[in-house]
This record gives sequence, structure tokens and C-alpha cells, in this order.
Amino acid sequence: MKLREIKEILNAEVIVGEDKLDIEVKTAFGADLMSDVLAFAKAGSMLLTGLTNTQVVRIANVLDIAAIILVRGKKPPAEAIALAKDVHIPILTTKYILFETAGRLFAKGIVGCLEKVEAGSERI
Amino acid sequence: MRKASSAVWKKLKPEVNASENILVKNSFDVDGGNFDTAGTVSTRIKSILKEQGLPSDVVRRSAIVSYEAEINVVSYAKRGVINLTVTPAAVEIAVNDEGPGIPDIEKAMQQGYSTASQQIREMGFGAGMGLYNIKSYSDRFDISSEVDKGTFLKMIILIQKP
Amino acid sequence: MKLREVKDILEASVVVGEEKLDMEVSTAFGADLMSDVLAFAKAGSILLTGLTNAQIIKTAADRSIAAIIIVRGKEPSTEAIEMARELQIPILSTKYILFETAGILYSKGIVGCLKKVDGDFYK
Repeated sequence: MKLREIKEILNAEVIVGEDKLDIEVKTAFGADLMSDVLAFAKAGSMLLTGLTNTQVVRIANVLDIAAIILVRGKKPPAEAIALAKDVHIPILTTKYILFETAGRLFAKGIVGCLEKVEAGSERI
Repeated sequence: MRKASSAVWKKLKPEVNASENILVKNSFDVDGGNFDTAGTVSTRIKSILKEQGLPSDVVRRSAIVSYEAEINVVSYAKRGVINLTVTPAAVEIAVNDEGPGIPDIEKAMQQGYSTASQQIREMGFGAGMGLYNIKSYSDRFDISSEVDKGTFLKMIILIQKP
Repeated sequence: MKLREVKDILEASVVVGEEKLDMEVSTAFGADLMSDVLAFAKAGSILLTGLTNAQIIKTAADRSIAAIIIVRGKEPSTEAIEMARELQIPILSTKYILFETAGILYSKGIVGCLKKVDGDFYK
């Protein structure tokens, strides 16, 4: 699915990356815990989160996350926006809560970047 | 698991230490308590490794372990130094900090164990996954610590799997 | 939907509250940020979270959350289990990640305890 479709499904606002809406995304990971994102989120996935600080962008960069979707109507601070522009990571923001965001995307065919956490999931 | 990786280490040790094979050697300072700049060293390390043309899995894992280690320094220590060494065989990331140290390393290694403040938790850190993540993403991981002095970490990510 | 069905759908283990599996639940909230749980989670909802400490149990009980579903295969701390028993709030644990947990429950008819957070939410 194109990021543009994600934007429409979630009535999201594009904060960074208007030029990147044609990238293809298939998987997602949702969390507000940085360490869980680092442990489990996979390269090429979308990250759904309520965290808005610059660390989210740094982590997304470290992990090769395709796009950050901020949930619960959150807006990133100017520094996070500047960093996202620098490292070319799109940021979208949606008013839907994480549960609704995940539910709606799942219903349209987006799946988790992993399904379950089993022993050793970190390294797959 | 630790035993197995130690064996791998022994095989690699001469290569990692052979100075003529060192492709990159860099040292970075980390400010304790400064969450504005936290993660910048890891971002830098990632781009250095990318420039070296290393496999993306190696780049990603190195960036993850250096990021977690950097966040630990920022969260708990006064200051720290991250040393990056790259040889054809492996990426080595060594972190030395001046800080409170870890009284019980075994406990600190457990998933979910954390001494982080509420402020750190609200930033999304302090879930007690840091050292656990570092260990699981590294091919070899060493940790030592002295209370009231500081903590030393060394992580190896292999480029060529034996 | 009964909590028992939620358990079955998520292949979850019941950590606390085996006797409460017949309670009815229809809404959910998912977050790992204590502050957002405090701000948005509604009474009677199930809370999906990766937090495992006693504080989240206390917060959930204060908000009259119906049950806590711990995601990503995490296990609650001993203090959290004791707190949940004391406050009589069920804890289930599932290996599914939060995205999958939410997606699966949503597809079975569970909805968000609120849909959107609007700009005037705090007013």
C-alpha cells in the first residue's frame, strides 16, 4: 500500500515528506516504548507512536523505519521536524488513537512487522 | 549462548586487533543528562558504517547497540566515550562512562528491570530492555562495572560470519 | 464480547483474574505512555500495553479499566501481579505485538474507547 493511502485511511496530516507519499509500506509496529521499538520494529515498517521527541526520529533513522505515524493527535516539536527532514523520514499525524489506527490499517491489509514476540524475535 | 560467542571471539581476536586491518577508528564524547543531543553519536556511527559499504544488517545492528548504550550514558552517567573500530571482520563499539555504575549486573541484564526515573520513562525509555537489547543484537557482548566509578561495555558485530 | 473470548482470540494467558473471564468488554485503548493512559483511557475499556510495572496497574484501576492485556509476550512484575490481585483487576498476557493485538480485536468488533483525540480534547 502506498503511504498516500495510509494518509487517507487515517485522515492524517503530512508534517514531513509530502514528496515521499508514493513509497510502499506493508508492515507496522506500534509502541511508545523506545526500547521495544528498538527490540522489535523492523526495517521498512511504519512506526505508530504517541512519542514526539527527536529520539523517535533518531530511532526511526537507526532502524530504517519507512515512516512515522504519530497517533492521538500529537504534533512533533520543531527539532524533531528538522531532524526528520534531515534524515528523510516522513512524519504523518492522525487524530485516531493507536487502537483505532492499528485496527483500521489492519482491516486494509497492513500487518505487524512481526506477529508475535517469541524467544529470539529480536534478531529476525 | 555466551560460551558459543566467546569461541567465535577467540577465532576473530587476532584479526580485530591487527592494526593494519583497521578501516575506521573513531572516538565520540557523550554528555550525561543531555537528551537533546542523545543519539547523535549513534546517528554518526550509522552513517560512517554506511559509507564503509557494510551490509545493512551489520549497520543496523551496530546503530541499535550504540544507540542503546548512548542512551544509557545520557540517562545515568556524568559523561562517557564511545569508541568505534571497524576491521574487515567486525565492528567493535566500546563504551566507557563515568557514573554510578551498576551494583547488580545480572539483574540489570533482565528484561523489564530498570532504575529509570519517571521523567526518563515518559520519554519512552527505561522499560528495562536496554542492556537486553544490546546483548541480543551483538555477536559478542562484555560488561563490567564499578559502583560510583562507571560502566564499561564492549559490543562486537561480526561482518563475516564464520 | 466476554473477556474469555478476548483471551481465546489473543491466545493469551491469564495472569490474574481467572474468575473474571465472563465480564463483558467492548472498547479498548492501547498505549505504553502512562500520561496518555491517564489522559485518554476510559472506564470499562481494556488496556493494551507493554508496560509491566505496578504503577500501570494502579493507574488502570484508578481509571476503572476493565482488564489489562500485556502485549509483546511480556510478563508483569511480581509487584504488578500483587497489585492487580489487591485491586481485583484482571491481567492477561499475549505474545502478539500491539499492532496485531489491536488489529485482531478490531476485526472482531472491539472499538477504541474514543476514536480520535481532537484539538479541543483538553478544554
